Amino acid sequence: MIPLPAPKPEVLAAREQIVAALRALVPGDGVISEALRLKPYETDGLSAYRQPPMAVVLPNTTEQVAAVLKYCNEKGVRVVPRGAGTSLSGGALPLADAVVMGLMRMNRIKEVDYENRLAVVEAGVTNLGITKHVEADGFFYAPDPSSQLACMIGGNVMMNSGGAHCLKYGVTANNLLGLTFVTIEGEIVQIGGRHLDATGYDWLGLITGSEGQLGVVTEVTVRILRGPEGARAMLAAFDSIEVAGQAVDAIIGSGIIPVALEFMDRPCIHACEAFAHAGYPLDAEAMLIIEVEGNVEEQDRLLGWIKEICNRFNPISLKVAETAEESLAIWKGRKGAFGAVGRISPDYLCMDGTIPTGELPFVLKRIGEMSQSYGLQVANVFHAGDGNLHPLIMFDANNEASFHAAENFGADILKLCVEVGGCLTGEHGVGIEKRDLMTVQFTPPELDQMRDLKAAFDPQWLLNPAKVFPLEGNAAFDIQPVNQAA
Amino acid sequence: MNCSTIIPKTEAAVASTVQSASSLGISLAIEGNGSKRGLLRPMRAGRTISLRGLSGITLYHPTELIISAQAGTPLPEIEAALAEHGQHLIAEPPALTAMFGAERPATIGGIVATNLSGPRRIAWGAMRDHVMGIRAVNGKGEVFRSGGRVLKNVTGLDLCKLLTGSHGTLGIITEVTLKVLPAPQATGTVSIRVASLEQGVAALSAGLGSPFSVTGAALIPEDGGGIAHLRIEDFEQSVAYRCGKLREALARFGEATVQADSAALWQGIREATTLGATAEEAIWRLSVQPSAAPAVVAALRAAGGSKFLLDWGGGLIWVAAVASAEAHAAVVAAALAAQGSYTLFRAPEDLRASVPVMPDEPRALTAIARRVKAVMDPCGLLNPGRMRAGQ
Repeated sequence: MIPLPAPKPEVLAAREQIVAALRALVPGDGVISEALRLKPYETDGLSAYRQPPMAVVLPNTTEQVAAVLKYCNEKGVRVVPRGAGTSLSGGALPLADAVVMGLMRMNRIKEVDYENRLAVVEAGVTNLGITKHVEADGFFYAPDPSSQLACMIGGNVMMNSGGAHCLKYGVTANNLLGLTFVTIEGEIVQIGGRHLDATGYDWLGLITGSEGQLGVVTEVTVRILRGPEGARAMLAAFDSIEVAGQAVDAIIGSGIIPVALEFMDRPCIHACEAFAHAGYPLDAEAMLIIEVEGNVEEQDRLLGWIKEICNRFNPISLKVAETAEESLAIWKGRKGAFGAVGRISPDYLCMDGTIPTGELPFVLKRIGEMSQSYGLQVANVFHAGDGNLHPLIMFDANNEASFHAAENFGADILKLCVEVGGCLTGEHGVGIEKRDLMTVQFTPPELDQMRDLKAAFDPQWLLNPAKVFPLEGNAAFDIQPVNQAA
Repeated sequence: MNCSTIIPKTEAAVASTVQSASSLGISLAIEGNGSKRGLLRPMRAGRTISLRGLSGITLYHPTELIISAQAGTPLPEIEAALAEHGQHLIAEPPALTAMFGAERPATIGGIVATNLSGPRRIAWGAMRDHVMGIRAVNGKGEVFRSGGRVLKNVTGLDLCKLLTGSHGTLGIITEVTLKVLPAPQATGTVSIRVASLEQGVAALSAGLGSPFSVTGAALIPEDGGGIAHLRIEDFEQSVAYRCGKLREALARFGEATVQADSAALWQGIREATTLGATAEEAIWRLSVQPSAAPAVVAALRAAGGSKFLLDWGGGLIWVAAVASAEAHAAVVAAALAAQGSYTLFRAPEDLRASVPVMPDEPRALTAIARRVKAVMDPCGLLNPGRMRAGQ
């Protein structure tokens, strides 16, 4: 297990006073301190790790957030910000002496401005909530992580969330204009605004994806885009991973920019088909879902070209959706991939490395070999256009050895990603899960420089501490003996 | 000006140059080919370090949509290499060699350090959105990397974005890795003569709010009104179809013409030569929300008249006017009244030295900026005072 810092005894001893002070700052029912009601906050989307916090505070306003942070900074209390708690990397895992700051009550859409193509929303608005609010007018918010029904925009900003349509529309960082940002000192700062590319240092870019290390975001000004006239998907199945990879290269090389280009391997196809009955070819080793946009004639033309390209690689099957409904059916299996794997195996770890797409056949072959040697099944689904892999490692949480093997297997995959020129995480974040692997990707001076930048915002290391940066060599922490996080 | 220029040939030599500058307490002005030396505040640095000795494309995988190049690689060299494979730089960065009267081409390091983006920014993102990886030397002379050579990466703090647009004040960029995309097969431009700037910006907003993927939206003011230009880039049949649809959708703004051959038009907008600034005039670049643009232009006209060029749907305003403190004050007031930001882009040295060339930051950010600068460049050696006093 990954070690956590030892709780500060003086903070634990002052629990009653701290809770009372928080109640004064956030009146009403905004503070939770009873053990039973803290339970739901003990974990997030990485449920293998659990640790109840000291207290939970649920502010309603930016001013309350500022007041709580100012108080915690003065008293040396650690703060773990939380949106919907859907992080797959343990980004919202509490610490025993920390206050979890949940932003879900700040869920107002404050403004939509079609002329300037932006929306101002509070941090607790869900990702899909933004799109739902503007879709009747033909607009949408582009990043679409799989958890978009539940995950909140504040968390999306903190993790720089991606989704299946990044190849064309980019990730969270590419779709923001401004933030209301609260420092650990309790200062409320406007970052960016309603215009593009503010002058000065790119604080918007640095804060996005900073995993709660630098401050708390309470309000976000997002770009909203007008949707295309339509979109349609096709699927192409091949008898080898290598050939499917070549087809991906050929599509990208042809000058077409598909709006989505998803890749599934055999175990994943089987799991999804059993779950969604989407008509996926069960004899295939690899399958692509390719989506294009435009009006019907444009879709036909692009899908026709892609079909021609795929035909050069002897596909086992090609299926072009004729209608929007058929498109949805093709996507249904992919969108349900995580749930589908969950039916085969109650527990799985979802990995998130990125690789140069040319390395795909080699990496999938190596993952297959590792699967054999660890004795654990793995299903691969990934965003082929951008090389972001999501191997799902299946294990049994009731068997400690199985969990440890899964963790080691995952770490080996991520090391392999770095080895071939990729990175540890494409969109889920480092969190607690990949913290101690950071030394694989970065040198000690590189890590020190990032730690120093964190400290430039948060000198006492109170904001989401123990995540992202390895504890070793960090004077801000006493390291607690292993296994306390379990 | 600086007395001597150091031209290291390797990243290690850049690092050792900074180390010795650091031990001697000598500050460094950082440039590629020096094409944007006249940008922002003038510096008094002990030495100039030029990255032009670090030149060349180090990795290009067209099917992975990734290119890496050393910082001193000339922009035209990169554009030519991409064109050979039918690809392009997504943000369409301007070189601005004409604006600054530069003799040598802009380098990719300089483009990234200044975060310059052209017309396509409105649709496809800024330069900063496509910097996937960076190598740099900090003010202590340490080499560091951020990002990598893949398209999706959230591992650690995003120093690619922190360095992009930091004008060399936080680190000396030695190599960049950029996302690239297929260049369009065809381009079409829908142009509409509008009776007022309000009408013009409304037409651009309507185009950008249409489902036809407008990738350029500029407004060239003329007496009383102007001409709105909307660009579509895609496969040939799509361009023809969407230009037609766009023309219909914008009919309420006026009679539209469609032109296929519009490369020169967009090149002029990209490089801001369309602004028509004389060599003596100062140039400002403002970023505001598009709907605020007509009021900004009106305010500046009332303050004495200037030349204007609007891009990014109206959100980017280029202004040319007499190079005076009064003209600058008018620009500052108009930008801030619109809650936007401004950059004094080109002006004689004495004006750039005597006025803020970009807005101040809120107090809390100023304090953070000072601490960030202290982490990256503790002795304040890199491009001292380039952006603001002490930054």
